[in-house]
Amino acid sequence: MNNLVIIPIIIPLLAGIISIFFLKHIVWQRWIGSVALIGTVLVSFYLLNQVYANGIQTLELGGWAPPFGIVLVADMLSALLTLTTSVIGLACFIYAFKSVGEGRERHFFYPVFLFLITGVIASFLTGDLFNLFVCFEVLLISSYVLISIGGTKPQLRESMKYILVNIVSSAFFVIGVAFLYAVTGTLNMADLSQRIADVGQTGFLTVLSIFLLIVFGIKAALFLYFWLPGSYRVPPPAVQAIFAALLTKVGIYAIIRIFTLIFYHQPDITHQLLAWLAALTMLLGVIGAVASWDVLRILAYNIVAAVGIVIFGLASFSATGLEGALFYLVHDMVIKAVLFLLAGAMISITGTTNLRKMGGLIVHHPILGWMFFIAAIALAGIPPLSGFIGKLLIIQGGIETEHYWITGILLLSSLLILYSVIKIFMNGFWGEQKLSRDEEKGNTKGLLAPCAFLVAISIFWGVGAEWIYPYIEMATQTLTDPSIYIQSVLNIKE
Amino acid sequence: MRINDVILQTTAKVISFIILTFGIYIFFAGHHIPGGGFIGGLITTSALVLLYVAFDMETMNKVIPIDFKKMTALGLLIAVSTGLGALLFDQPFLTHTFGYFDLPILGEAELATAVLFDIGVFLTVTGVAVTIILTIGEDEKWK
Repeated sequence: MNNLVIIPIIIPLLAGIISIFFLKHIVWQRWIGSVALIGTVLVSFYLLNQVYANGIQTLELGGWAPPFGIVLVADMLSALLTLTTSVIGLACFIYAFKSVGEGRERHFFYPVFLFLITGVIASFLTGDLFNLFVCFEVLLISSYVLISIGGTKPQLRESMKYILVNIVSSAFFVIGVAFLYAVTGTLNMADLSQRIADVGQTGFLTVLSIFLLIVFGIKAALFLYFWLPGSYRVPPPAVQAIFAALLTKVGIYAIIRIFTLIFYHQPDITHQLLAWLAALTMLLGVIGAVASWDVLRILAYNIVAAVGIVIFGLASFSATGLEGALFYLVHDMVIKAVLFLLAGAMISITGTTNLRKMGGLIVHHPILGWMFFIAAIALAGIPPLSGFIGKLLIIQGGIETEHYWITGILLLSSLLILYSVIKIFMNGFWGEQKLSRDEEKGNTKGLLAPCAFLVAISIFWGVGAEWIYPYIEMATQTLTDPSIYIQSVLNIKE
Repeated sequence: MRINDVILQTTAKVISFIILTFGIYIFFAGHHIPGGGFIGGLITTSALVLLYVAFDMETMNKVIPIDFKKMTALGLLIAVSTGLGALLFDQPFLTHTFGYFDLPILGEAELATAVLFDIGVFLTVTGVAVTIILTIGEDEKWK
């Protein structure tokens, strides 16, 4: 038992609740939220190191022993993602001060933002499949509010689609969970894993796993990404960044969790399917990114491509590939947040998302320009920046497991990703200057500090890979050997 | 056109109090037999909504000057705090306890901390349900 595991969930939740009482006092809400998120970052960091020192930490809620009660489990993967989430949440929260506008701030923007962070962190920390569904709902309902708050016409149009798609996939999620409960009689992930290992993964269970893959595939934008490019471009930039960084990643986390812990007995069916879905996602994602001239659309398609890359690391199902996937996952969360925040700054200056109408921004905004450049090449994976190590390990894993074709697709897509983001840089920042100082629609006051913070973290993630590696190695160990997870959750002594 | 709502208003005054009492009964019954904060909250909501239907919004806002959104937040705060209370005694989050006490009039009674949590649920459910119904009913452009 370790109550520390619940603290990163409770802090943003409490802060969100308290903010509701101060709805009229925007400055107070900002303070409450910032302090809470800084607290969450510190606690998550402490939790990460405790997991590193003492192994997996669990908390049996209400003192009910698993598999009967609900457990929260912080293994290395969960702890890493919790820390990343809280850091990105903090940066986007501060970015929101100058960019969301007073109307939204007066109408529950900050409380809902904090509830979203609560839901994401809780999804990472739960050890129970039904509870995972509940946490998904917490974050989804918050995201419904964030996507529609403000009520502009495109927002309402896109939020309608977004909500419908997610409600349908949530319904499938419950159906899948119900089937799984009917077959196995448990929803505790460790217990599920043990029981399925005992009776063998029968054909029905494999079908169920693919059913759940469809659900998480919609949430993670793995192949089923049709809803993403439209809906991610309508909310304000701080919300875009938090969506891009966190929401699809929760789906990816769920896929990683269930296909390493629960359904890992038939890799020739499930993981092969994952590999091809990943390949298609990468290809279609980069095609979308290359074809577009709209900054937000290019970045949105880049989210899709990155999902493919991470899932391919999982699908190769080797320790190297998984390490790569985790490295790349955290890198991608940070870098997507940065890119969307920087794009938000670009758009607030130029007042357009069309690249053809931008140009020469670097003359007046050199810091913005160079930060975008660093983020762009980090995304593409130029050494020594953060994308490189993850991609290298994923490629290595792909070659080890003889997925030559898909590895080739990955390399090709990386090249096209580089092209698509450099296109933004060259057309947006270089070239003929289209706007003089006076013609600019907005300024970047207060927007660059959070971006710089995230860029620094991204650089550290690449340059400091040597220090980070032991953490990733430990996370991978738990993923490749489910018995470690099972023993800590169910308290089985050797 | 003004509808004649004398009968509705007169009965609503009586019935809503019966429903309110029933809601509170269900709330306390929920500790050992079916019932509890969630269903108690919904029953209370139905009493309030009946009053809102019988009388108009302005009158009701004068009679019950409560911001139901704040009520929801208060409920959440109570529920989370009772969970956190367990941390003070070094128990897992949400652990609850109970005991038997001699109360002045009632005699020996069972008091449980889970009831405090349930009060939070009660307030949250009532707050959310009333807010939802009022938000739908509030829009004046549809007259």
